[in-house]
Amino acid sequence: MNNSIAGRPLNEDDEEDEVNEDGLEAWERAYTEDRSWESLQEDESGLLRSIDTSAVQHAQYRRRLRALAANAATARIQKGLIRYLYIVVDLSKAASERDFRPSRMAVIAKQVETFIREFFDQNPLSHVGLVTTKDGVASCLTDLGGSPESHIKALMGKLECSGDASLQNALDLVHSNLNQIPSYGHREVLILYSALSTCDPSDIMETIQKCKKGKMRCSVIGLAAEMFICKHLCQETGGTYSIALDESHFKELILEHCPPPPAIAEYATANLIKMGFPQRAAEGSVAICTCHEEAKTEGGYTCPRCKVRVCELPTECRICGLTLISSPHLARSYHHLFPIVPFVEISASFQNDPSHRFPNTCFGCEESLLSQGNKPELSVYCPKCKQQFCFDCDIYIHESLHNCPGCESFRHSKSITTAQ
Amino acid sequence: MSPAPSKNYTDDVSLLVVTLDTNPFFWSDFPSHFSDFLSQVLAFLNSILLLGQLNQVVVIATGCNSCSYVYDSSSNKNHASTNGTMPALYSNLLHNLDEFIAKDKQLTTAHEPGNVPSSLLSGSLSKALCYIQRAFRSGPMHPQPRILCLQGSPDGPEQYVAIMNAIFSAQRSSVPVDSCYIASSNSSNSAFLQQASYITGGIYYKPPQLDGLFQYLSAVFATDLHSRAFLRLPKSLGVDFRASCFCHKKTIDTGYVCSVCLSIFCEHHDKCSTCSSVFGQAQSVAASTDNRKRKAE
Repeated sequence: MNNSIAGRPLNEDDEEDEVNEDGLEAWERAYTEDRSWESLQEDESGLLRSIDTSAVQHAQYRRRLRALAANAATARIQKGLIRYLYIVVDLSKAASERDFRPSRMAVIAKQVETFIREFFDQNPLSHVGLVTTKDGVASCLTDLGGSPESHIKALMGKLECSGDASLQNALDLVHSNLNQIPSYGHREVLILYSALSTCDPSDIMETIQKCKKGKMRCSVIGLAAEMFICKHLCQETGGTYSIALDESHFKELILEHCPPPPAIAEYATANLIKMGFPQRAAEGSVAICTCHEEAKTEGGYTCPRCKVRVCELPTECRICGLTLISSPHLARSYHHLFPIVPFVEISASFQNDPSHRFPNTCFGCEESLLSQGNKPELSVYCPKCKQQFCFDCDIYIHESLHNCPGCESFRHSKSITTAQ
Repeated sequence: MSPAPSKNYTDDVSLLVVTLDTNPFFWSDFPSHFSDFLSQVLAFLNSILLLGQLNQVVVIATGCNSCSYVYDSSSNKNHASTNGTMPALYSNLLHNLDEFIAKDKQLTTAHEPGNVPSSLLSGSLSKALCYIQRAFRSGPMHPQPRILCLQGSPDGPEQYVAIMNAIFSAQRSSVPVDSCYIASSNSSNSAFLQQASYITGGIYYKPPQLDGLFQYLSAVFATDLHSRAFLRLPKSLGVDFRASCFCHKKTIDTGYVCSVCLSIFCEHHDKCSTCSSVFGQAQSVAASTDNRKRKAE
């Protein structure tokens, strides 16, 4: 549709670009895309306010939560906590399309940055690598590693697109890299695909079978339209395939890959991993760190095996290869293993039932659950401790806190005897 | 000297959420009386409210069997019930606290004597964070929230995961957790609170003597987040982040971690005692990582 603009160098007349796109004037375009007036409504006093979309958002969120809970119940409940993930970024000509603002490539880069930070926050024991594909070939941008900054820096420095994307070359490259990781790791690929074609040297079906055999879980997020080959790849390898409608949807889709997926027991063998728990060196002691090769005075960590200094945890010792970690990093992953149950919605009729008397405030934040006119707002309760919560707390508790304040606030008679 | 960044509403207006340890088992064993402690804390809370008209104080009582909100300076109820003899803060807070302690007592079950049970810090931290989220939701002009834990009871190991979850959530929304640990013996420290303050960038302080508690509270914990940059506040004396193994509870330097459930062991086992997965051939991690090409930067 707007192919004519895609390949044009940026230094050409910008104004003309804007007029050409979709055959609309710039001022018209802004309105047709935003439709900002539709999200407004008039309140009692005649003021314009944005529509309260929180109820809709909450419904969507609850649907997702239920789907996740259902998944966990059917599959064997085991999570791949030690993940080795390659992100394949399509930098073909299609990535310069402007149906996303300012371009698909810029949107991808921005969201990959958010994703990488969130990913390491949730999976401190995992590793990420970046692969790009353009001009019919795939190249490795960064090796598997645990530092979010280095990946983000490398990606931001390489944002140029040209030529065609090659799914097969990218998969081959990732496959050869992921073959070497330890057997307890979960191999994953996340492909962000803008193109509607793939430029492959030989039969891609063989590559897909190879990936399947190599126990790689391949997931694709498309930015254009659904493609058979991507769908086939995801089905064969147990990944997920989704198409982003707009930027916020794309963000939602990519962030769904942050929590560890339910693991299939045969995909990774259970193993004991040798790890070091370094102590923080005293403030003011001078040592040369191995990560920056500089003399540092502020406290770093000392590898317990070879006594070398590192600046940050978690990492791998550069000298002896020992995985260095601190106990809070392990604790950060525990909530994936002990998730809290989804809360149950309280229907209006249930609320009026005098046999279930609920207090009028949210147990978490003390906010009144009575809206204007004393009509109770919809709320939820925890099936375990029967405490009532507002929608906002429900989302916060499941997305960030991972504790039910109600269950934590009452001691179960059993736990007293176990506390020693 | 670099000029201070421009001040706006949110800079030095504080929302202080205090978790107050009311564990009766702890206070009955403790040399000084709970009422002495409470009177110093109340004076401190009053001084916070006096420091700025917009400052807000919320108190959550952490009992042995339950926890509950006992005071919220923003709620309307508090202003109505001033009876002239006692300021609103005292009468409301004391009334609610009495009720709470009576209720908490009813829930108490038998416990072994000579062994102080922990109080439910995980519950009050979770509630405090929910309350702070509500402040964040209230709009762009919200006060700067922080949490102050006034804790005396020993850590409860069964709350470890829940407390860590709360700490990480606080860190993510950049809410500092200050902790004031009150204990009679000089050697004991709360490992949970040390980690909480270290990870969230708050202050951990253990007053050397409780007679001057008000002085310590007002000098260390009364400063708003904006002013902290200009003060010399107590520095953390190093937090021990070493893990202890699940099999012998020893603190270890190097150990083995189960790849399925992340349990920590001090020696090699054939089967995980937590998730009962059978481990494959023992392989050294060093050998497998050496295979990998590594770019030297």
